[in-house]
Amino acid sequence: MEHIPAPAIDFISLAPALILSVFGMLVLLMDLFAGKNKNLLVFASLVGLVLAGVSAFAPKALPVVSFGGSYVVDHLSVFFTLIFVFSSALTILLSIEYNPRNGIRAGEYYALILFCTVGMILLASATDLIMIFLGIEVVSICLYVLAGIKRGDVKSNEAALKYFLLGAFATGFLVYGMTLLYGATGTTKLAGIAEVIHSGQTNSDTLLLLGTVLLIIGFGFKVASVPFHMWAPDVYEGAPSPVTAFMAVGPKAAALVAFYRVFATAIPEIGTTWDTLLMVVAVATMVIGNFGAIVQTNIKRLLAYSSISHVGYLLIAIIARNSLGGSAIAYYMMAYAFMIFGTFGIVILLGEKNSENLEIKNYAGLGVKQPAIALCMTVFMLSLGGMPPFAGFIAKFYIFGAAIKEGYVVLVVIAVLNSVVSLYYYLKIVVLMYMKDSERELELSMGPITLAVVAIAVFGTIEMGLFPDPILQLTQ
Amino acid sequence: MELLIFYPLAGFCVLMGLGVIISSSPINSALSLIAMMMGLAGVFVLQQAHFLAILQIIVYAGAIMVLFMFVIMLLNLKSAEEDTWSIRPQNTYVSVLTGFLALGALYKIACVISQAKLDSPAAVPDDFGTVVRVGTTLFTDFVLPFEVASILLLAAMVGAVVLAKNKID
Repeated sequence: MEHIPAPAIDFISLAPALILSVFGMLVLLMDLFAGKNKNLLVFASLVGLVLAGVSAFAPKALPVVSFGGSYVVDHLSVFFTLIFVFSSALTILLSIEYNPRNGIRAGEYYALILFCTVGMILLASATDLIMIFLGIEVVSICLYVLAGIKRGDVKSNEAALKYFLLGAFATGFLVYGMTLLYGATGTTKLAGIAEVIHSGQTNSDTLLLLGTVLLIIGFGFKVASVPFHMWAPDVYEGAPSPVTAFMAVGPKAAALVAFYRVFATAIPEIGTTWDTLLMVVAVATMVIGNFGAIVQTNIKRLLAYSSISHVGYLLIAIIARNSLGGSAIAYYMMAYAFMIFGTFGIVILLGEKNSENLEIKNYAGLGVKQPAIALCMTVFMLSLGGMPPFAGFIAKFYIFGAAIKEGYVVLVVIAVLNSVVSLYYYLKIVVLMYMKDSERELELSMGPITLAVVAIAVFGTIEMGLFPDPILQLTQ
Repeated sequence: MELLIFYPLAGFCVLMGLGVIISSSPINSALSLIAMMMGLAGVFVLQQAHFLAILQIIVYAGAIMVLFMFVIMLLNLKSAEEDTWSIRPQNTYVSVLTGFLALGALYKIACVISQAKLDSPAAVPDDFGTVVRVGTTLFTDFVLPFEVASILLLAAMVGAVVLAKNKID
């Protein structure tokens, strides 16, 4: 009888994912005994997230490579772990008051958010195609369910079904791309693929190229880039608002970091063959995202299109395929997390029991009736539009810097022009808040916790805009 | 000799795969899928992966698909026979065009694969595809993906229960 040697596992570098898995199962079990009161579940989930965030700093020397080079904990993955933990915590905080009002009482909600976070953390550290696939699936499956967790609501059902069908289809493309890449190089490890390409020993260059194209389709769907973006507006609109904010930040960041790792570490050497294609996708994503957003009348759909356009900017960092691009994505997503959670916090604040007040015209008169909230909204809108001195400006600045360093000047010019276009619809909301009046009473329907999230977001948006250096250093 | 077995098997798989999408009743679709899995198991045997082939039959064709059949038959045997679900494309021209594009891409892939200079089969080690080998690989090199898969299944199970339970609380 042959014994299988136990593999050496560095549990410390795995700690965030392990802690969250345990807490996810714990929350599921606690739900059995908690009864109607979900506060205990919320508390346990938040404790798990905080512990995971702290344990991300536990590895003494970075990077830690484990599992034969299929799992790497480096500065990038630690920072992304922080983004994930942070965005999941904010999602849970936003849900505390939102869920009971909107009839979401399932305790599994919190467990699914934790499992989704596990998937995201694994995705940020995965340097093996199989791990990347599993990470994406864990994240996606949790999201399908979270999108449809408002079971009495037709739009939520539609969102879940649409997301599931299209997502499963896109996963097919992703897996097919991965198999072709494996077929061409004979390995699933990203570093191994790069090595084989470098030595020129691929089985077939065309296979490699086809695999790359299919990977662009698969990842393109997961990050909602044009022309694979059609699901985003419907899903963002139908999903419960905290989940929408969650989807726009965490899972998107996770898919982007995997996208970046595959394209910047495994196949950068054949970059000249795929960067044209990715450039077309990036430009189309920016243009269609921004012009699509202009005509929207529903705030969640508008934010969906705006989030599509932001992916366009982020793709530029992947095209640049240098280490600067990686930290630019990390910084951007952190800034984006603050902006989006703040905006959705306000969207949730203005909702009522029977109507969520999602039309943009509902925001008329906010400047007079709720001056503080209107001011916060203005900060978020200006930051999303990339105006200084807010976080959005610095974030775009780093992305464009990474691209210019590699000589993609035209791409950056197009992106800057697009940010100008985007200002139109962001400022439209600001104008509506201050210049128009409404007869309707605008009352804040939520309590202090949602307000606190908005306050944290405002602080973060301004702080990251004024003092970008400490955060940027964390990403490098 | 190997090709002589491979092509009929592969052709069978493709035909059954088509059957899954084309057949009008869900039962026929599921049956085609089972047949496709069987064919795939045959391809695995041809690749010296005997253990995987058996797993394929036991797990997919045996357990999962039979469960599928039960669910379909228990849920809507009647409507399955009466309603033939047809897919009507909203824009025929676009569908035809994209269909042709996809066909072209597939043809291109097929050409490339047939010309690729692949490693000779001699590179496969002796114990390839045996239970010991599969187990060793699963619990050493792929122990992390193996464990992550359990989280994936747990999340999927919880999700299915949340979305499908009768009582909305």
